[in-house]
Amino acid sequence: MVDLVRMLAGTRGHRRLDWTDWLSYAYLLLGLVLMFGPVLWLVLSSFKSAAALNEFPPRLLPYGQASVTVPGHPGPLPLFRVKLPDGSTRQLAELRRIGIQATMIDPERPEEEFKVNIRDRERVRAFHLALENYTEIFGKFAFGRFLWNSVFITVVATLITLLFNAMAAFALSKYRFEGQKWVFLLIISTLMIPPTIILVPNFLVVSKLSLLNSLWGVIWPAVATPTGVFLLRQYMLTIPDELIDAARMDHASEWRIFWRIVLPLSAPALAVLAIFSVIWRWNDFLWPLVVLSRTENFTLQLALNSFQGELTTQWNYLLAMTVLTLFPVTIVFAFLQRYITAGIASAGVK
Amino acid sequence: MASLELKRVVKRYATTTVIHGVDLTVRDGEFVVFVGPSGCGKSTLLRMISGLESVTEGDLWLDGRRVNDVSAAQRGLAMVFQSYALYPHMTVYQNMAFGLENIRTPRSQIDTKVNDAARLLRLEALLGRRPTQLSGGQRQRVAIGRAIVREPTIFLFDEPLSNLDAELRVQMRTEITALHQRLKTTMIYVTHDQVEAMTMADKIVVLNAGRVEQIGAPLDLYNAPRNKFVAGFIGSPRMNFLSVRVTGVGPDGVGVMTDANSPRAAATIPVRGESGLVGQAAVLGIRPEHIHLRRAEPDELALTVMIELLEQLGSTSFLYCVLPSGEKLTVQLAGQIDKEAGEQIEVCFATIDAHLFAKTESEPAFERLKTPAVHVAA
Repeated sequence: MVDLVRMLAGTRGHRRLDWTDWLSYAYLLLGLVLMFGPVLWLVLSSFKSAAALNEFPPRLLPYGQASVTVPGHPGPLPLFRVKLPDGSTRQLAELRRIGIQATMIDPERPEEEFKVNIRDRERVRAFHLALENYTEIFGKFAFGRFLWNSVFITVVATLITLLFNAMAAFALSKYRFEGQKWVFLLIISTLMIPPTIILVPNFLVVSKLSLLNSLWGVIWPAVATPTGVFLLRQYMLTIPDELIDAARMDHASEWRIFWRIVLPLSAPALAVLAIFSVIWRWNDFLWPLVVLSRTENFTLQLALNSFQGELTTQWNYLLAMTVLTLFPVTIVFAFLQRYITAGIASAGVK
Repeated sequence: MASLELKRVVKRYATTTVIHGVDLTVRDGEFVVFVGPSGCGKSTLLRMISGLESVTEGDLWLDGRRVNDVSAAQRGLAMVFQSYALYPHMTVYQNMAFGLENIRTPRSQIDTKVNDAARLLRLEALLGRRPTQLSGGQRQRVAIGRAIVREPTIFLFDEPLSNLDAELRVQMRTEITALHQRLKTTMIYVTHDQVEAMTMADKIVVLNAGRVEQIGAPLDLYNAPRNKFVAGFIGSPRMNFLSVRVTGVGPDGVGVMTDANSPRAAATIPVRGESGLVGQAAVLGIRPEHIHLRRAEPDELALTVMIELLEQLGSTSFLYCVLPSGEKLTVQLAGQIDKEAGEQIEVCFATIDAHLFAKTESEPAFERLKTPAVHVAA
C-alpha cells in the first residue's frame, strides 16, 4: 500500500511539483479516463434497472425508485416528493396512478389520501443495485451454454497452441538442419497475410473436414500462430545449449529434453503466449461467426451480437452479459501477469 | 576396463579443418589432461569423445568397440561442463537423479546412488536446494556428483575450474585429484591452465591449432620438450628464448654464440647437430629458474643484463631483465635479493640446462646428447 502511494505521488525528484510532473500527471489521468472510463460506465450501467437505463440525462450510479412499506398495504409503495397546492413539499407514497392523476398517501398517516397531478411529483431516488440483471440471464438466455462454449474454445485452443508452437520453436532454435533459415522465414512471412484473404479457403477446408458448426472447427484452423513460434523461438535461444548437451549425456530422449528441460525453462514466454491466445480466442468474432451457425454452439461474443436485434429494449441484460464476458479474461491476465514477472526475475539470476 | 583410442581423428566444419589427425591412447584408470591455448581444439576433441560432436574422419575406439556412430548417451561416459550446466528449475537431488530416471532405474536405487554421491562430495545438506541458491564451488560439486551417479567408464571434464576464483580453484583441484585416486576411473580433463595440467595429470596431451604437439608425463614435458611450442607452454614463468648463431658443430654438441658483448657469450650446447647448420640462426631456450647470479662455472654461459623490473614475493624473486640486443630475459631466484631496477648484473646458466630449437615453432628441438641432471629438490 505504501508503495502504491509512493508511486502515485512520485515527482521528478524535488518535493514540489515541477511543470513536467503536472504534464505527466495530466497525461496519465487523460489516459486513465479514456481507457477506464467506458469500462467503469459499463459496469455501473449493468447494475441499473431497465427504467434507469432509459433515463435521460443519465446518472452515474445506479439508482432505483425508493420505496417504503406502509402498514395495511401489501408490498412496498414507491416514494415521491410532491409539491402540494399549498406550496409545501412532502414525501408521499403512491398508492395507484390512473392517467395523470395519482393517489398518494402519507406513510406516517396512511388514512389521509391526496390526489396529485403527476406533473407535481418527482421520484425519490435511492442507490439500488439491480442484481436481477445477473441472475435472470442464466434462465432467459442460455447464458451458461454460451459461457461454456467460449471457455471450451479458449482453454483447449490455448493449450494446443502452446504445445504446437513450443514444439516448432524448439526445433527451430535448438536443432541445426538444412533449410532451417528458410523454414523460419516462411513461417514469419505468413504474418503478412491478412486473415480475410484466407477466410474462404479456410472455410472450404473446414467444411470438407465436416468440422462446420462445431467448436473444433473454430479451434483447429488457427492453432499454429507465427507470432507464437517467433516469440518462443527467441526465448528458447537464450536457454544455454550446454543444458541440452548435459541432458543428452543424461540419456534423455529428444522428447524428454523438450518436455522436462526446455518447456519448464520457457515458462515466462509461454505465459505471454497464453495471455495472447486467451485474449484473442475469447474475443474472436469473425471466424466463429463464419463457422458456427446454430445458436447452441455460439460463443459469448456471437451471442451478445445476435441478441442485439432482439433485445432492443433489454439493455440491462445485455450489459450484464457483457460484464460477465469481460471477467474471465481480466482474471486470467491478472493471474498470468504475476507469473511472468516472477519468471523473469528468477531466470535473471543464473 | 575403460581404454580409449583415437586413430587419425579429423574434424572438419564445412571448409575449415579444426582437428588435423590426432592419434591418442588412454589406458584404464589414467588421468589425461588436454592442454593448449584458446582455440586449439581441445574442447572439440573432448566433445567428439563424448559423442556431442561427430567425427569427420578417423576412428574412435572405446574398450575395443568402434563408437563413431554411437550416440552420446549410449557411450557410457559422463561430462562435467565449464558452466556446470545444472538444470536451474530442478533441485540438486533432481539434477543428480535425472539421468537415472531416464533409464528407468527403480526409485530405491536412484535414492541410494544419489545419497552415496552426495555423501562423497559433502552435498547432503544441499539436496533440497536449487542451483541458483548455491555458490560456485557447490555448483561445481553438484555437476561432478551428477556425473558420478551415472557410474561412467570415463569422466570428461571441460575446463571445470575456470569459473572459480583462485583459492577455490586450488581447493577443487585437490578434490578432483583425490576423487580420481578414490574412484580409480579414467578421467579426461581439458584446461588451458598448464599449472592444473602439471599438478593433476598422469599424462598430458599438448595441443596447438588442432595438432598434437607432444604427449607425455608432466615432468617429461618439462625436462624434454619436443619443440619450441611445448617448451614455451609448459613451465611458469615461461621459458626464455634467445637468438643465437651456430658457430660450430662437433661431437660434444653445437657451439652457439649469443650477442657479443658478454664475457662468456659462446658455449657448446650438448645437442646433436648437422654440419650444414654452421652460420645459421637458432633459438636457445633456458628456463628462468635455471638461471643464477653466482660466479660462472667453466661449462656455463654468462650474460650481462640490465634489470628492468624486480618483483619480490618473499620466497621467490622475479627479475625482468633486458639484454643489450633488446631481447628480454626473465630470471627466477629463490629468496630475496638486494638489487634494484636499473642495475646491471651478470647472470649465468649451465649449458646442460639449455635447449636448442630451430627458428620455427613446430620444428622439433635439437636432440639431446646428454640427459640434463634432474634438479632434485634437496
